[in-house]
Amino acid sequence: MKSWKLVAVSTVGALALTACAASDRDSDGGSTDGASGGGRDTFIFAASSDPAGLDPAFANDGESFRVARQIFEGLVGTEPGTADPAPLLAESWEVSDDGLDYTFQLKEGVKFQDGTDFDGDAVCFNFDRWNNFTGVLQSESLSYYWQKVNGGFATSDVETLNGTGKYESCEAPDASTAVVHLKSPLPELISALSLPSFSMQSPTALEEYDADNVTGEGDAPVLPEYANAHPTGTGPYTFDSWSPGEEVVLVANEDYWGEQGQIKRIVFPIISDATARRQALQAGDIDGYDLVGPADVEALKSDGFQIVNREPFNILYLAMNQAKPELADLRVRQAIAYAINKEALVAQTLPEGTEVATNFVPPSVSGWNADVETYDYDPDKAKALLAEAGQSNLTLDFNYPTNVSRPYMPTPEQVFTAIKADLEAVGITVNAVPDPWNPEYLDKIQGTPDHGLHLLGWTGDYNDTYNFIGVFFGGPSNEWGFDNPAIFQAINDARYVADIDEQKAAYEAANAELLEFLPGIPLAHPVPSLAFKDDVKGYPASPVQDEVYNVITLGS
Amino acid sequence: MTRLILRRLALLVPTLLGLSVLLFLWVRALPGGPATALLGERATPEAVARVNELYGFDKPLIQQYVTWLGQLLQGNFGVSTRTGRPVLEEFTNRFPATIELTVVALIVAVGVAIPLGYVAARRQGRPLDHLTVVASLIGVTIPVFFLAFLLKWAFAVNLGWFPSTGRQDPTMIATHPTGFYVLDGILTREWDASWDALMHLVLPAIALGSIPLAIIARITRSSVIEVQDADYVRTARAKGLGPDRLRRRVILRNAMLPVATTIGLQVGLLLSGAVLTETVFAFPGIGSFLANAIFNLDYAVLQGFILIIAVVYALVNLVVDVSYGFIDPRTRATR
Repeated sequence: MKSWKLVAVSTVGALALTACAASDRDSDGGSTDGASGGGRDTFIFAASSDPAGLDPAFANDGESFRVARQIFEGLVGTEPGTADPAPLLAESWEVSDDGLDYTFQLKEGVKFQDGTDFDGDAVCFNFDRWNNFTGVLQSESLSYYWQKVNGGFATSDVETLNGTGKYESCEAPDASTAVVHLKSPLPELISALSLPSFSMQSPTALEEYDADNVTGEGDAPVLPEYANAHPTGTGPYTFDSWSPGEEVVLVANEDYWGEQGQIKRIVFPIISDATARRQALQAGDIDGYDLVGPADVEALKSDGFQIVNREPFNILYLAMNQAKPELADLRVRQAIAYAINKEALVAQTLPEGTEVATNFVPPSVSGWNADVETYDYDPDKAKALLAEAGQSNLTLDFNYPTNVSRPYMPTPEQVFTAIKADLEAVGITVNAVPDPWNPEYLDKIQGTPDHGLHLLGWTGDYNDTYNFIGVFFGGPSNEWGFDNPAIFQAINDARYVADIDEQKAAYEAANAELLEFLPGIPLAHPVPSLAFKDDVKGYPASPVQDEVYNVITLGS
Repeated sequence: MTRLILRRLALLVPTLLGLSVLLFLWVRALPGGPATALLGERATPEAVARVNELYGFDKPLIQQYVTWLGQLLQGNFGVSTRTGRPVLEEFTNRFPATIELTVVALIVAVGVAIPLGYVAARRQGRPLDHLTVVASLIGVTIPVFFLAFLLKWAFAVNLGWFPSTGRQDPTMIATHPTGFYVLDGILTREWDASWDALMHLVLPAIALGSIPLAIIARITRSSVIEVQDADYVRTARAKGLGPDRLRRRVILRNAMLPVATTIGLQVGLLLSGAVLTETVFAFPGIGSFLANAIFNLDYAVLQGFILIIAVVYALVNLVVDVSYGFIDPRTRATR
């Protein structure tokens, strides 16, 4: 008898614990939440990882940017819902005719979160800081964007970075003006300034908390106090706490110059597993999350959650390596382009809302050209072109990555299968070459000429055509296997055309020329999705993720 | 006893040295490298070279190993390539979470397993015994992550009884002086925070405790079966010892020796199970951090964390061995 009692007692105990837990959550759930009466004022958005650091000048990844966007602002922002530059801390700017002097009229009365003034001197302090990074700070994992955009530093031990930058100097004739002088034109500067990396930070706080003192303990960089606990900007939220691996907490900046909005507290719980993020939303633990898997979209919708799409700012393409003699023949490349049914491919293998691509840049980028050759699906024409090229029995290697999901390519295996079927329909024999994404696939594609057709893509950083086609076609590479100096020249010249309208025309021409030459086939601009509880209103989805939460409202 | 402890501690040195070599080689045999993991798909070869130089990955293996070992001896476990913070700091920040989880998992496991195993043994061959044996078989064979997933799906996502992720409700503002959240709430008298932290532990602890529970229940059962038929039990009963005293003083105490060993061994299982459980529940302990380090090829974290876990494991086993002496005085003399 005794023994039965033992089991009974432990079972009843366990059940009681469970029941208590359940009832407690039911009754308690609202009380911690609803600090401001009717609506909630805490917004909980799951992050997929910790920020790399809180100093945006040293950041180049989405999760660091997500936090930085709330705390910091740059001179330039974006028009809501687009990638187009818009005034932010600079109310306006003028560019000299030679493209070398940028005069920014600054918003007046703005203060940093430490109470110091945002003014012309602060702007110059930030530019000079970026340009004078030394040693470890010049590592690409830290000051990536200053390097990419400016092209170098004031001084450097690395020859290609030593004094090679476009930036020359900055002056502040008065408190509300800053003038940036360049050595040579850099038309993408205004667009690039909308990146969080170029946020305006408080010079006082940067100095007080030793922002540039990245120490090399052992032989690796350790971020200073500033980047760990004292980020100080002008944005609507100030830093509260960061428990690595657990959460980042921000609170409202009571002295914000703009609209403060309903949300007074933002929590970014760190949930690295994609399924766990979805379940946290379904369990009601979070208000929303990013990078929703295409397979989860329908299920979430039917459970009553909102799916918000960003306008795509990416490209998925099929590259044709011209180091392979068959693919060096333009007629073969054209035949492949005509053989692929892009509409069907997008409908079958990519998330709902994905656009079919015609250029190597998405339509929201200013150099996108509506009049390029589009190679509409035409299998008969493909067969005719192959016959003309004497390649009716063509066999091609087709490389694709396995076990990877990129924002521009959620399911590479499915994309491969669809294209393979199209190619076989016009008589091309496809030899599948799957490789694990990292490092085999990338090494093979980018480091060797040993590949035929392959899938790859890119997500852009800011509104600039060079940020796409310059990355792909700025010079000869193993990936594409061709040497076409005219194309390289056209793209690199366009980058430095000082007049924005002329530059746009030059990029449009370059895009048209690329589609004539057809080094690869732009396939699609897959749409990235976010998911939210149904009472989250007004999430400011942006193609370049310029999303600040003070415009969101919560509650019915 | 002191000699035993000293000898065991001395044995730890060659063990750890061997482990350090294996770890070092294993981590470097992983496909890819930290540089490509850090820089992404458009990394230029120059950028990769610079990162490799920065972290010393371009040096010969022997030299890297010697440098690493030298730093280890000075208590420097290196710096995480992903977070830029010292590995030791990352470990100490997260260890309280994992200890808390492991302890609760162990309490769940032991608290259920010993009564269950005992009862099954006393009713050997009856339905309850069969049920226990089958249930413990299932418990041992179900993968931890799968059970974690099921529990979460049922009790967090669908029923909403427990939170699905993390250690504390994000809307709750609580202070954490020690890093043990349940304890923190008691110390600061923030009772709701303490309760909330406990609720966050329930599902992961059950998932993590499932295998140890099954194993301990089986061992308890077989051990009690063996002991209850022993001559000294019959003698004790014949001498008129009451059933209560017989159970507590004679049967359970004698049956606990193999059970104590098993519990000690489960600590290693719990720490490794934490990698999966913590990942499923986004529980910010050393397990989820280690899983991320694997995906990001964070060499320093992989080496440092696993080495520290090995030390913890060895120390726990030492404590278990010492505790034999208290359960069974005979072992004090023989060891």
